Amino acid sequence: MKILAIESSGLVASVAVSQNNILLGEYTTNQKKTHSQTLLPMLDELAKRLELDLKTIDAIAVSMGPGSFTGLRIGSATAKGLGLALDKPIIPVPTVDALAFNLWGTDKLVCPLMDARRQQAYTGLYTFENGKLHTVVPQCAVDISEVVAEVNKQGREVIFLGDGVPVFTDYIKEHVQVPYTFAPATCHIQRATSVAALAEVLYEKGVVESAREHKPEYLRLSQAERELQEKERDFKIC
Amino acid sequence: MINQNTEKEIKILAIESSCDETAAAVVVNGRDVRSNVISSQIDLHTLYGGVVPEIASRKHIEKINQVIEEALSKAEMTLDDIDAIAVTYGPGLVGALLVGVAEAKAISFARNIPLIGVHHIEGHISANYIENKDLEPPFLCLVVSGGHTHLVRVADYGKYEILGRTRDDAAGEAFDKVARAIGLGYPGGPKIEKISHEGNPDAIAFPRAKVGDGVYDFSFSGLKSAVLNYLNGCKMKDIEINQADVAASFQKSVTDVLVEHAMHAIDEYQMDKFAIAGGVASNATLRKAMEEACAKKGVKFYHPSPILCTDNAAMIGAAGYYDYLAGKRAGLDLNAVPNLKLGE
Repeated sequence: MKILAIESSGLVASVAVSQNNILLGEYTTNQKKTHSQTLLPMLDELAKRLELDLKTIDAIAVSMGPGSFTGLRIGSATAKGLGLALDKPIIPVPTVDALAFNLWGTDKLVCPLMDARRQQAYTGLYTFENGKLHTVVPQCAVDISEVVAEVNKQGREVIFLGDGVPVFTDYIKEHVQVPYTFAPATCHIQRATSVAALAEVLYEKGVVESAREHKPEYLRLSQAERELQEKERDFKIC
Repeated sequence: MINQNTEKEIKILAIESSCDETAAAVVVNGRDVRSNVISSQIDLHTLYGGVVPEIASRKHIEKINQVIEEALSKAEMTLDDIDAIAVTYGPGLVGALLVGVAEAKAISFARNIPLIGVHHIEGHISANYIENKDLEPPFLCLVVSGGHTHLVRVADYGKYEILGRTRDDAAGEAFDKVARAIGLGYPGGPKIEKISHEGNPDAIAFPRAKVGDGVYDFSFSGLKSAVLNYLNGCKMKDIEINQADVAASFQKSVTDVLVEHAMHAIDEYQMDKFAIAGGVASNATLRKAMEEACAKKGVKFYHPSPILCTDNAAMIGAAGYYDYLAGKRAGLDLNAVPNLKLGE
C-alpha cells in the first residue's frame, strides 16, 4: 500500500510517501513561512525526486488536527484536492496521536504538547504496548495545569515533545512530580512520516473516508461561536 | 489549413471562495457557462449579523469538493476535459481564500492542468461578458458589493485603471449597516430594496457625499451617520420612524451618488459602453437609474443577471479565460492575498 502523507498542523510543513510501511521519502521544513506557499512546491519536489507516479498512490493521509486552524485547512484542502483529482480516499490521522507515534516503542509515558494559546495545549497521553500505540488520554485542548495533573496522577516517567515544550518548560519544571525528559530534535516535531506510519495502522482498522466528506478536527469552536454560547449560557442563568 | 489554436475550445474549471459563497463553475471560451454551482452560507452568518471569517473558512472546506464535483457533472465533463483551473486568490478573507487556492493548486498539480490566479473584482467585471456576447473593452464599469466600490476603466482584457474607489465603507456595507439600524437585519441589500418599494425616496433629504480631492472617489460612512442621526433625532422627539421611507431615501442617496460619478466619468473618458457588477448591481433601483442615465447619453448599458452579480465562479472562469489567452499562469506557490490590488 502506497500512502502520500501531509502534515501542516503547526509550524512544520511536511510531506512523505511510504509504501508497505517503508519510507520512500520525506520533506520537512520547520520555519515561519506560510504553508500555502511551501507545502505544494515541497510535494512537487519530493514527487520529482522519487519519480512518483501519483496514480499509484492508494490513499492520502492527512494530519487532521488539532492545530492551527489555517494550517489544518491548507493541509486538508490540499488532501481533498489530491483526492478529488486522483479519485483516492483520505485517511484522517489525529495530529497528537501522530506526534506520539514519533516515539514508537518507548516504555515511558508519552505527552505531546502543541501550543494552543491562552495557556492551553493540544495534548494527550500515550504508551506503547506490544508495539502498538495505546491511548491513555485521547487528544484534547486543555489547560497546561490539567495535563500536568494527569501526568502526575499516572505516576510514571514521561517524555514531553512538540512545539508546546518551549512554551510550557517553566511550568513543567515547577509542577511535574514524576521523572521527565524532553524529546531530542530527531523526533520532537510533527513529521509526515509518522502520519503515514500511523495511517497504515488506522487503515487496517477501517479508518478511511472520501475526499468529499473529509474535514479537519479543530477541537475548538470559532471565537464567534464560543462567545455566542457564553452569551446564551449567561442569559439562561439570568 | 485550420488554425487549431482558434478552433479549440478552452474549458476552464473555476473556483471561488473569497467570502461566504463556496462556488465552482465550468466556462467554455470565457462566455459560455456550462455550470455555475454556488453554495451559500448566508443563513449561518445571519445569526452573527455579518460574515464570521472562521466560520466561513470552516464551511468552505466542508463544501468545496462537493461543489466542484457538481460543477463538473452538470457540465457533463471530467477533469480530463479541463484546459485550465482558475481560482480567486484575492482580495477577500484570507482563511476563506486559502481553501480555494490550496484545493485548486492540488488539482492542478495532481492532473498537470495549468493554474490561473484571478482577481475577485476582475471576476465581477467579467461577469458582464457572459450574457453580453457583444461586450468588449474598452468600457467603464462600476463594481459595487458588500466589500467593494470601484469605478474602473477597462482599457482592454486584463487591463484596468481604477478611477475611483470608496474612502471608507463599501456601498453594500452601508446597506447592511443601515438595515441593521432600522431593524431589518442581515443581509441589508435585498431587505432595504424590498421595503423601499413601499416608501417615499424623497421623504428624507440625506446628503449626497462628496469627497474633496478624488473626483471619482466615494464615501458612504457620512451618509450612514446621517441616517443614524436622523433615527436618533426621531427617537428623542418621539416621532415614529417610517422604515420604508428611511430605506427608500437612503437607497436614493446611494444611487444618486453612484449615477453621478459614473456619468461624469463617461463624459470625461468619452466612453460609449457602461457596465455595473457586484452584489449591489442586482439592486433594481440602481439598475433602472443607471439604465435611464445611460439612455439619455446614448451610452450602451450592461448588467449581469442577479445570479452573476453575487459571488460566483462563472465570473472567475470568464476572467480566467482572458488571463489564459494572455499567457498568465500561476505557480504551485500561489498564495492568497487578502488585500490584492486590481492590476497587480
